[in-house]
Amino acid sequence: MAKSIPASGYATIVASFVFALMLSSLHLPPLLDHFRPDWVGLTLIYWCMALPQRVGVGTAWVLGLVLDAAQGTLLGQHALALSVVAFLTLRLHQRIRVFPLWQQALTVALFLLVDQLLVTWINGISGYAPRDFWYLAPVAGGTLAWPFAFVLLRDLRRRFNVS
Amino acid sequence: MAQLKSGENDKALFAPETAASLKLIACALVSIVLMTIDHRQSHLEVLRNALATTLYPLQHAAQLPVEAFGWVADSLESRSALQDENTRLREKQLFINAQLQKLTALEAENRRLRALLESTINVSAERVLIAEILAVDLDPYRHQILINRGTQHGAKIGQPLIDERGIVGQVNHANLLTSSAILITDPSHAIPVQLNRNGIRTLAVGTGKYNELELPNIPNNGDVKVGDLVITSGLGGRFPRGYPVARVTRVEFDPGRPFAKVIAEPTAHLDRIREVLLILDDIPDPARQEPPLAAPPPASAAPAAPVAPAAKPPARTTNGTTRPAETRR
Repeated sequence: MAKSIPASGYATIVASFVFALMLSSLHLPPLLDHFRPDWVGLTLIYWCMALPQRVGVGTAWVLGLVLDAAQGTLLGQHALALSVVAFLTLRLHQRIRVFPLWQQALTVALFLLVDQLLVTWINGISGYAPRDFWYLAPVAGGTLAWPFAFVLLRDLRRRFNVS
Repeated sequence: MAQLKSGENDKALFAPETAASLKLIACALVSIVLMTIDHRQSHLEVLRNALATTLYPLQHAAQLPVEAFGWVADSLESRSALQDENTRLREKQLFINAQLQKLTALEAENRRLRALLESTINVSAERVLIAEILAVDLDPYRHQILINRGTQHGAKIGQPLIDERGIVGQVNHANLLTSSAILITDPSHAIPVQLNRNGIRTLAVGTGKYNELELPNIPNNGDVKVGDLVITSGLGGRFPRGYPVARVTRVEFDPGRPFAKVIAEPTAHLDRIREVLLILDDIPDPARQEPPLAAPPPASAAPAAPVAPAAKPPARTTNGTTRPAETRR
């Protein structure tokens, strides 16, 4: 706990979030766009799970605000949703850590569902009610993407010795 | 000593959870306040601008793969294909220039006639700025685009965007280097329009589909046909008058309803545009533009189109058509 935090740690975490933000605004064909996972959410879940003492609700909120500015949504919309996701992950991180990958993916699906429902709910309040159930597609995409994101981020964490 | 240590450890184990709950509550409250302010007022533009300007390099990087792909495709295109395209473009330019000559003459004539009629409508050409659409995906539920012109280049909130086919949308957040624009098909957007054929005025409201606009408030006995061109009416002061907006694709008269259901398709290909023109100034002032009863015929109506009977347009001024073109936020 009292270990000195290596300076490179911040750079790695920030870089992963920047990359996630880039992925979430990358131009994709419409069909893929429907299933685009919430990369920022996935990265956040990973860091909250792996380093709960460093990444938490505050980080999630700031990140959400940046995502709001990037996506052109109401300022605070993703901030709220990601804060809740971070909170849930912090609560359960000790359990999720020891889950096998597929079980982890299911838990992450639940978190992403909460995230998506909150965002869609706020969208609905501000006049952008979804017309169909396609808004759940990113949850499916995120669940499928979790194993890859997890392995990638874990290797990244080990490589740069972030703790 | 050892006990004390374990006590500290226990604290360290449990303290973060309560801290997290408190943080969550605080964050949620701040978020709700922010969203409310952002939804109702424009006080947060400064914050949004700052964030968007910081994000610019990132968004630029995000569109690099797309640009690289386009560049590779361009470079691999054969010489003959390029020559063909060049010839085609040259012919098109010739054609457009010829039309433009006629337009200049028509504009002069129009101005002279209006002077004779002592009408004050401004038909001067608008100053425009070419903007490129950044290949960056925004929230899929909002019909928004990001363009590479910001306040630094003269972009302002409310400026209309057009392309070579018609009205595209308007700027809703102007940042330093980029701006985001809301398309006319966004569910929260409405634009005052009129039918080019007979001058019936209404609104074109976005539906959330790229190929559909809804024209409300057209009565069941209204003279609307499939194929009618819908142009901006200039009311509301945001959009200059006379630009094409959409073409009517479906008209349903249901006697059970007070108004007809009229659907139009935007003339601009909103899901495929790459470049847009930003209209910088000379947005007609609605106050001096049009005395409500002496409705003049639409400025750019085709000469062959019969002018609306004098009684018709005034009869429709009560249909809420004077609502401004602002985004209903």
